[in-house]
Amino acid sequence: MMLKVENLRIVREGKEILKNVNFEIAPQEIHLVLGINGSGKTTLAQAIMGIYPCEGKILFEGEDITHLSVWERARKGITLAFQEPARFEGLLVKDYLMVSAKNKSISKLEEVIKMVGLPRNILFKEVGDNLSGGERKRVELASVLLMEPKLAILDEPDSGIDMLSCKLISEVIERMKSMGTSVMLITHSEDMINIADRATILCAGKVVASGERDEIKRLFKYSPCPLKR
Amino acid sequence: MNEFIKNEYERLVKYYGAAGGDTKALLSKNYASMVINGNKVLAKNSTKGIIIEAEKIEDGVYARIRIKKGYKSKNPVHLCFGMLPMEGRQYIRTEIFAEEESEVKFIAHCIFPNAVKVEHIMDSNVKVGKGAKVEYEEVHFHGKEGGVKVIPKTRAVVGEWGMYNSTFVIKSGRAGFVDIDYEVRLGENAKSMLLTKIYARGDDLIKANESVILEGAHSSGVIKTRMALRDKAKSEVIGKTVGLGAYSRGHVNCTEIIMDDAEAIASPVVMANNPKAKVTHEAAIGSVDKKQLLTLMARGLTEEEAIDIIVGGLLK
Ligand SMILES: Nc1ncnc2c1ncn2[C@@H]1O[C@H](COP(=O)(O)OP(=O)(O)O)[C@@H](O)[C@H]1O
Ligand SMILES: [Mg+2]
Repeated sequence: MMLKVENLRIVREGKEILKNVNFEIAPQEIHLVLGINGSGKTTLAQAIMGIYPCEGKILFEGEDITHLSVWERARKGITLAFQEPARFEGLLVKDYLMVSAKNKSISKLEEVIKMVGLPRNILFKEVGDNLSGGERKRVELASVLLMEPKLAILDEPDSGIDMLSCKLISEVIERMKSMGTSVMLITHSEDMINIADRATILCAGKVVASGERDEIKRLFKYSPCPLKR
Repeated sequence: MNEFIKNEYERLVKYYGAAGGDTKALLSKNYASMVINGNKVLAKNSTKGIIIEAEKIEDGVYARIRIKKGYKSKNPVHLCFGMLPMEGRQYIRTEIFAEEESEVKFIAHCIFPNAVKVEHIMDSNVKVGKGAKVEYEEVHFHGKEGGVKVIPKTRAVVGEWGMYNSTFVIKSGRAGFVDIDYEVRLGENAKSMLLTKIYARGDDLIKANESVILEGAHSSGVIKTRMALRDKAKSEVIGKTVGLGAYSRGHVNCTEIIMDDAEAIASPVVMANNPKAKVTHEAAIGSVDKKQLLTLMARGLTEEEAIDIIVGGLLK
């Protein structure tokens, strides 16, 4: 397995946000995480990245990474794109992309910028308030692509992006997969759901089902959250 | 040039180059320039439209720079103020007069690489004539000791439709003790932007007191401050804009990142006595943004590396 989460429990401000979560992501798998708002998807994503302390165990390529910091996990090949990406005053898109790029050539940057549907001149803009929400999200996706990670955790990469671009982003995610990256994908968009291999439903901080995409999709439509918090 | 001065000059020029200065321009006859080490003028060059005069006064140097009426300088004026010894006091009084419709950009490098106890005092009077444009960029290169006192004072008066923009930067080496005192008075339709960017560490103490007085109708001014403070560094920033003229617009914008045990006080002051004037301010002091840090760390940077990128962006 690429990633294995065992009995993960997270308590924040006295509230149990994740309870005994178990799930796995295989190599080169697009793994969808479904769940209504507040079910704990973002918390799970960020816990895997190492942002919150947690109980339980996180194994990455068989190695226990539970006690590693965020950047140590990143150097092992895990990365995360926030639902609302941060903005950086004074930092140009090209310099931001260089931070994560494995191949630091400008032609590689240009290629990836095109792939996420952005014009070349965006490279010379700041990763600040001048970018629209959608542009900022695509820059984030480009940054993840350039890192060539083993596991990319994408928290609603489609939110705030129009339908047409949503399709493009789905293609980019499939491309990541074909390059050997596993993807943990949090989304509500029907189009994007259909690129997943497997899926897991989170509800009130618990995994209620995990399995093949179509089966889980059906289950989720029928009963998105059978448990109460 | 006698042998001793030549030596000193060459050493300073070498530092100037290392500090990112354009040495070719400094040595070229096509660029107006002036090189001062301590209280000694080592070289100066005037051009067709820019006259530079300098003389020794009792406690320092008195320099006059005149940009002739209508002269629009393509090349920037290069100024190099250095103090190579470990100790000393440099006092430079300048009068800059940009005559009507002239245009000029100054690039000043202040170089104190070996400072243990160095004082650099600048006392500038700037007169920007009608329709003239002056940009003044000052970049400091200090050593690692933090033994520098930088005390720049500027009084600028900008005539109608004129412009005066200044940028003050200390990013490399320890800032030391900095006490900035700038005041700009703007005539009708005149504009000004004062930008300060400082990285303070150790026990550095930064004081900045900057004012833009919007005297003329339709004048506009911005005071922008960007600081990053680490260790036990402290800053006290006062940005003041006064709206006197009708339809004048002023804005004060201060962002400071504080880390470790650093402390910052920012006091934007906005005043107006003309109901048609509009002056605004925003100030934000805080630690490094958590999400920015996490984002960069999720790309494999350590916390220190991430802070460098964030602070680098803020001070760019
Ligand atoms: N900083 C926090 N402290 C305490 N509880 C939080 C915090 N942030 C989110 N939560 C709670 O955790 C639960 C899961 O949130 P989240 O992981 O964001 O869900 P999702 O991404 O599925 O919408 C919610 O009940 C939310 O109220
Ligand atoms: Mg969420």
